[in-house]
Amino acid sequence: MEMPIPDPAVLARKDRLVARLMAVLPADAVIHDLAETRAYECDALTAYKCPPMVAVLPASTQEVSDVLRICHDEGVPVVPRGSGTSLAGGALPTADCVILGVARMNDVLETDYENRVIRVQTGRTNLSVTGAVEEEGFFYAPDPSSQLACAIAGNIAMNSGGAHCLKYGVTTNNLLGVTMVTMDGEVVELGGAHMDAGGLDLLGLICGSEGQLGVVTEATLRILPKPEGARPVLMGFDSAEVAGACVADIIKAGVLPVAIEFMDRMLIEVCEDFAKADYPMCEALLIVEVEGSDAEIDHQLALITEIARRHDPVALRESASAEESARIWAGRKAAFSAIGRISDYMCLDGTIPVSSLPYVLRRIGEMSKHYGLPVGNVFHAGDGNMHPLICYDANKPGDLEICEAFGAEVLKLCVEAGGCLTGEHGVGIEKRDLMSHQYAPADLEAQMAVKDVFDPQWLLNPAKVFPLDISEARRAEPIAAE
Amino acid sequence: MRPESEAALADLVKSAKEPLAIQGGGTRGLAPEGALVSVAGLSGITLYEPGALTLVAQAGTPISEIEDALTAENQRLAFEPMDHRVLLGTEGEPTLGGVIAGNVSGPRRIQGGAARDYALGVRFVDGTGEVVKNGGRVMKNVTGYDLVKLMCGAFGTLGVLTEVSLKVLPRPETQGTLLLRGLDDVQAVQAMAVAMNSPYEVTGAAHCATIMEGGPVTALRAEGFGTSVAYRLDQLKSLLARFKVEMTLGDAAMSDWIWRSVRDAELLRDVPEDIWRVSCKPSEAPGLMARSGAAGWYYDWAGGRIWVRMPAGEDLRAALGAFDGHATLVRASEATRAALPVFHPQAAGVEKISAGLRARFDPGGILNRGLMGPVPAEVA
Repeated sequence: MEMPIPDPAVLARKDRLVARLMAVLPADAVIHDLAETRAYECDALTAYKCPPMVAVLPASTQEVSDVLRICHDEGVPVVPRGSGTSLAGGALPTADCVILGVARMNDVLETDYENRVIRVQTGRTNLSVTGAVEEEGFFYAPDPSSQLACAIAGNIAMNSGGAHCLKYGVTTNNLLGVTMVTMDGEVVELGGAHMDAGGLDLLGLICGSEGQLGVVTEATLRILPKPEGARPVLMGFDSAEVAGACVADIIKAGVLPVAIEFMDRMLIEVCEDFAKADYPMCEALLIVEVEGSDAEIDHQLALITEIARRHDPVALRESASAEESARIWAGRKAAFSAIGRISDYMCLDGTIPVSSLPYVLRRIGEMSKHYGLPVGNVFHAGDGNMHPLICYDANKPGDLEICEAFGAEVLKLCVEAGGCLTGEHGVGIEKRDLMSHQYAPADLEAQMAVKDVFDPQWLLNPAKVFPLDISEARRAEPIAAE
Repeated sequence: MRPESEAALADLVKSAKEPLAIQGGGTRGLAPEGALVSVAGLSGITLYEPGALTLVAQAGTPISEIEDALTAENQRLAFEPMDHRVLLGTEGEPTLGGVIAGNVSGPRRIQGGAARDYALGVRFVDGTGEVVKNGGRVMKNVTGYDLVKLMCGAFGTLGVLTEVSLKVLPRPETQGTLLLRGLDDVQAVQAMAVAMNSPYEVTGAAHCATIMEGGPVTALRAEGFGTSVAYRLDQLKSLLARFKVEMTLGDAAMSDWIWRSVRDAELLRDVPEDIWRVSCKPSEAPGLMARSGAAGWYYDWAGGRIWVRMPAGEDLRAALGAFDGHATLVRASEATRAALPVFHPQAAGVEKISAGLRARFDPGGILNRGLMGPVPAEVA
């Protein structure tokens, strides 16, 4: 993956920049020694690494504003960083950039049960937002699988989803307000504790903008009362076609499960081997979870199993207890660890129309043979978000490149099928150069015009999202008065 | 003017030298300056996959046509868009493009989300006549910036919508409404918060103190399978017993009527005053109304949305002062409209960004000029 060549003029200003940053931040919040900046050289897309020129760890909106104002003055690119869990390289530095990490900003600023909102600093982790309200019976709905580590800042930047978004939506549907600092150091407030921000939906615009429009320092999030209970049913089928038809029939019958997860044979085998969840060996496994009181759950599960029976399942296992539920979920939840135990892998994130699942899976199978790399598929079947896991050997020269070529072809297939390149991980650098497959020049121009408004000099996370050749003219704008 | 295709619309915008007033069904009574351009010619559902909960239609498609197609498959638009004809006495057919451009959302917004939460993709013609697409037809999509949200609520000032993809949802088997009588505003907002904070998935919470005959009424809606609705309303009743007021249950038909009225502000149809809509923190709603000088009001969204009757020509924003939220002028005389902007003026930093976006998407300032912000001097 190509990155822009570091600007020697920027590198030459390092000492002055560090001195200016030291003047507005505590000494331990400015990291500029190479041995220490290495800690910020990559995110969860570990195949790519580059230590930043400087990393800063501001502790308040004011400090973020000071840092951005200085970097703006000096014409230094800034790469914002939440917890560094991006799978797309969203927080990958360049050698001439300042990494702005929000890790020191993790306070809960306000919990307001009367209005069902919580206001937090955005360095706070996703799971600890729920942690702050669960004793009162509430939770924060978006639940990306990295939720133990990932920060709200990153969730907002990538518009993170999770397994339960069929019912509760993704980050953008649960974000009510932000405090954001633009590249020139201006602090803006968008939205608040009310349900619809006035004016243009700038909140919706910055959510998912991959840290390219501003640095979000505080967020007002919607919290929800916990459901009375939840239980899954597990079903196995002879083919992906039948499983897909079953999902469509469940949805058409008026049941809206909170999650519908799909696994193919390879993953069933790998997960079973690892987690001993007692999964049936078959071509397609579905886990469908519903919520409510016990009686409500029984009613919905009865409807779902009745529909499943019409599709001749090879296995059907309704959970009747918390233990059985945990067992059904054990394999699925261990999927990534299970496959990681047997191989290096790349996790893709395309979305497809649910109806094209059988076709897309067949084509992925053909590609797997062509490229000679095994692939397993997990799929949020309710919303079409698929995670093909391509296995490769990181120690075998050339294998990563083959894997990336395979991955790119799968993502193009998702677009061709009527879907998109990324459902919840973001574009970052990983899918940057595929953007032209999904969007025409005018479509990309409209998006870049938005960045022009928020960050006219293209200093914030500039080498992400847009193909480098397309963004080049903008990134090359004259910068930094000396 | 009534272009019959996206290409014809693009040509029209490209060659336009003077402002254009973009119209869907014309039911909202917004009349920005300029030559009228109706999008009604771009009509029809282009894709509907009930099993994938997805519908794609051209922007001029009547909402009624979409509702009919959805009803046939036992599905619906979950964001419950208001029909403005009731309150405004306008003619015409509400269109998909108008609903999305205005982010028109009804009572279910508190639980199920707003129009913007169900918009998956758009195609639009920007102010230079360029056709742009964003998003798609799948529910999870973070590929590039979310211009779908930006267009949703931009009231056609950044581009003219030509096609919209929507997430739709199953229509629940039934609904019911619990009615509480005699709560004052403060108690009502507390009671609605208790209901919303319960696990019973209340999909509507409204309170009307000053308009109904027979005293204040608070309404709480549950939707779902029959047994589930009965169970939840019963649980809510127990939960709210502490307020010590009379409680009754409204059946499906009554519930449907109540929420249609709440959605369309039907109670305000025949009153003489200006009508405003306030968005605020629910708990602050009673305090805001106490200082509003209003002639009457009712709360939706558990207090987070207030429909306000304001003596003609009086500025509700001035009466409320600074608060966490905003006020929109929904129905007013020509004189009031000339004096007061439809939308709440924004903080300087936010307005600067908004003006920057308008200047990029519509550099000539021709699309619904002045509707959402001041007209820049260079184009005026």
